[in-house]
Amino acid sequence: MKLLKLVPDHTNIRFLKWRVPFYVISLLLMAASIGLVMTKGLNLGVDFVGGQMIRVTFERSAEAPVPELREQVAKLGFGEPIIQRYGQPNQISIRMKLPEGAEAESALSEKMASTITADIKRNHKDAKIDGVDSVSGKVSKELGWDAFRALGFAALAVAAYIWIRFEWQFGVGALFALVHDVTLTLGMFALTQMEFDLNIVAALLTLIGYSLNDTIVVYDRIRENMKKYRKMPMPELLDLSVNETLSRTIVTSLSILITLMALLILGPDVIFGFTAAIVLGIFVGTYSSVYMAAPVLIWLGVHSDSFVAKETEIDRQERLARERSSGIV
Amino acid sequence: MLDFPLWKRVWYWGLTLVLAACALPSLFSIAGLPWPSALPDPRVNLGLDLAGGSHLLLEANEAQVGQQRLENMEEDVRSRLKGADPRIEIGEMSRGGGKLSFTLKDSSRVDDVRELIAPLTTGAGLSGQRDWDIQVVDGNRFVLSPTPEGIEQAIDNAMESAVEVVRKRIDALGTREPTIIRQGDNRIVVQVPGLQDPQALKSLLGQTAKLEFKLVDETAVPSDIVAGIVPPGSEIVPFADPTSASAGGVPAIAVKRLGGIKGDQLTNAQQAFDPQTNEPVVSITFNQQGGERFANLTSQNVKKRFAIILDGKVLSAPSINEPIMGGSAQISGSFDVKSATQLAISLRSGALPVDLKVMEERTVGPDLGADSIKSGMIAMLVGTTALAVFILITYGRFGVYANLALVLNVLMILGVMGIFGVTLTLPGIAGFVLTIGAAVDANVLINERIREERHRGRRVVQSVELGYKEASRAIFDANITNVIAAVLMFVFGTGPIKGFAVVLMIGIATSVFTAVTLTRMWVSGWLRKARPSDLVL
Repeated sequence: MKLLKLVPDHTNIRFLKWRVPFYVISLLLMAASIGLVMTKGLNLGVDFVGGQMIRVTFERSAEAPVPELREQVAKLGFGEPIIQRYGQPNQISIRMKLPEGAEAESALSEKMASTITADIKRNHKDAKIDGVDSVSGKVSKELGWDAFRALGFAALAVAAYIWIRFEWQFGVGALFALVHDVTLTLGMFALTQMEFDLNIVAALLTLIGYSLNDTIVVYDRIRENMKKYRKMPMPELLDLSVNETLSRTIVTSLSILITLMALLILGPDVIFGFTAAIVLGIFVGTYSSVYMAAPVLIWLGVHSDSFVAKETEIDRQERLARERSSGIV
Repeated sequence: MLDFPLWKRVWYWGLTLVLAACALPSLFSIAGLPWPSALPDPRVNLGLDLAGGSHLLLEANEAQVGQQRLENMEEDVRSRLKGADPRIEIGEMSRGGGKLSFTLKDSSRVDDVRELIAPLTTGAGLSGQRDWDIQVVDGNRFVLSPTPEGIEQAIDNAMESAVEVVRKRIDALGTREPTIIRQGDNRIVVQVPGLQDPQALKSLLGQTAKLEFKLVDETAVPSDIVAGIVPPGSEIVPFADPTSASAGGVPAIAVKRLGGIKGDQLTNAQQAFDPQTNEPVVSITFNQQGGERFANLTSQNVKKRFAIILDGKVLSAPSINEPIMGGSAQISGSFDVKSATQLAISLRSGALPVDLKVMEERTVGPDLGADSIKSGMIAMLVGTTALAVFILITYGRFGVYANLALVLNVLMILGVMGIFGVTLTLPGIAGFVLTIGAAVDANVLINERIREERHRGRRVVQSVELGYKEASRAIFDANITNVIAAVLMFVFGTGPIKGFAVVLMIGIATSVFTAVTLTRMWVSGWLRKARPSDLVL
């Protein structure tokens, strides 16, 4: 039986040779992402800014009548709606700010929802209301803070664990790779203006988990090789480690991509943005383990002997005594 | 390392099969097949985003609890002092600044009053602190201020009974398996799966249903009411329906603050029709005590008007033509059948002790949920199959083991989720995908390592042993970091993040077991039996 081999057995690709240009590119991309998030902003869903989102499917239309709807809803006097496609072309979400005073009297936002849905149903016989989300300003602030806290704490704790298991430089490297992955994904959301809601935070968490997994596999091999080849210069050792784990990296990435592609193409429309974020994250995460997490070790001054046991005071005196007695001094 | 004694194999297989079997009820229910009722059925709950339904986050108005308590205290104090023998006269009474203060006309009776009102306070909390603090200033002035412990306990009690009232009202809707839980100090989360009319639920919970009957203060001049001026001892209450304004077109009415009846002493409330006008009304029946008080009120005030007040708004203000003795009454006030039925349900379940505000609402239509779960399942099936083929052609025999572990892993996750009744949501499905990915990665790591060791010229058994040993370190570290992240997400996250974290935690535990332990057992069994001199890998 002949098995599929995607990567030849003994590759020797000089990945780290290109570390400076790749780092520059990555830093530029990160800067661009931050810039995009600052200027264009994220298309934050009602989870994070509060408001109301009504999801509608037009069952017998190929495409939802977006401009017409925009006009109709605006006429109802609740302000300008943000209307956006989600999933299929005949599925849309209508987002509204909550009416004035709704924070104190929740009946006002219910009235808005019922007025809008009644109006849509009257004008479009095939409209089916898929769901209504109403989030008050107070709760949305809490949701945002909770999500931010969960992400931040998770990243820091994980970096701390890697620090304990490896060396502090590895912890910094892993944290840096995480920041890189999350920043680029946020940049993509700012660029495409896909809706950013609580589910997307779960996607970010998934890709953090995945990217970390990748980073740890590479780091583990680096640690192993550092113990094995104590005299090898770091860039060479990193290249060796990346090459040795290359086959695994490719096979694993492909495996996850296969599952995700199925979810992206066949899966629920509601989580399209979510899956897209993870697919992007897989590429970014795989790349960052090689080009972000590994080179950081060189720059933070990891040496091939980092994992050799340090000489304690007792060891030193014993060694000196040994040397003296053998007449070296 | 490759030695698996019989007892170990029995244990591993037993655990695997039991947990995997626990997934069957969930699979049956997702596929829409009936599960034999004679068998136990640990089942995964589908989240509202998958099953459809309504999620409401309600927040209580805490300030109102304090206000209500102050009002009750005022009434209690008044009736105690009135009932004293000889009667104790009160100079003036005020509820400013969250405290109740009053002066006595006769300062020599301070000690009597102290004795009379002391039983109105009780201990609160574990510290033995009273719930009210009684002070006497300037010789004849009493100041009753609520202690923090007292307020805390009052809010706590109010929330407990609010949860009960909410439960009764939702049960009246006849929905299946609602979840009603208190969250934090002043919030209630309500989840009702598969609800057809979320609007009805919201209007039912949004109504406090505090019913009061108060005498109309006929001395109040309409122009004064408009200007907000009322005679002492009265208050202005607006009409619920501004078109039914009283004489002079004023949309509000002045009523006497005290001496009314509260509508909490009911035994029944039903939607009915007025025999004369045929309009929908709510007919109520008082209990013994309430009936007597209602009879008293109406017989002492014939030819006067009383206002029927619901949640601080006047429904109607009819004249009392004759005393109402039977202990039942009718409430009219421009209802339609639906709103009258709703009010009847609310009155039957009792008034909410505190107003509840909808802070967050999420409604998913049942069709969308059904579509999501159907396409989610198809996607997972297709994805997993394609993945299995890929792993098979990459690793051959070792791929078969990895795939078998993968299938068992999916079943075990579902099984464990079923046993603990965990709710599966859309982000949970993402957690599933990540877990599958991580599980496959473990096998990839192991198999690649075995390949490597063979290339280095090691013997078959030694390569396999080293493969598992060397790969385990990275697998261990990766999984521990994921556990750390999952625990933190569970602790600090909300809603979808929590759902994701739970699946991740379960998945990490089962995937390490299936991908590492089980495959090692199978590989070692094969090695011992077949004694291969070379590996196809």
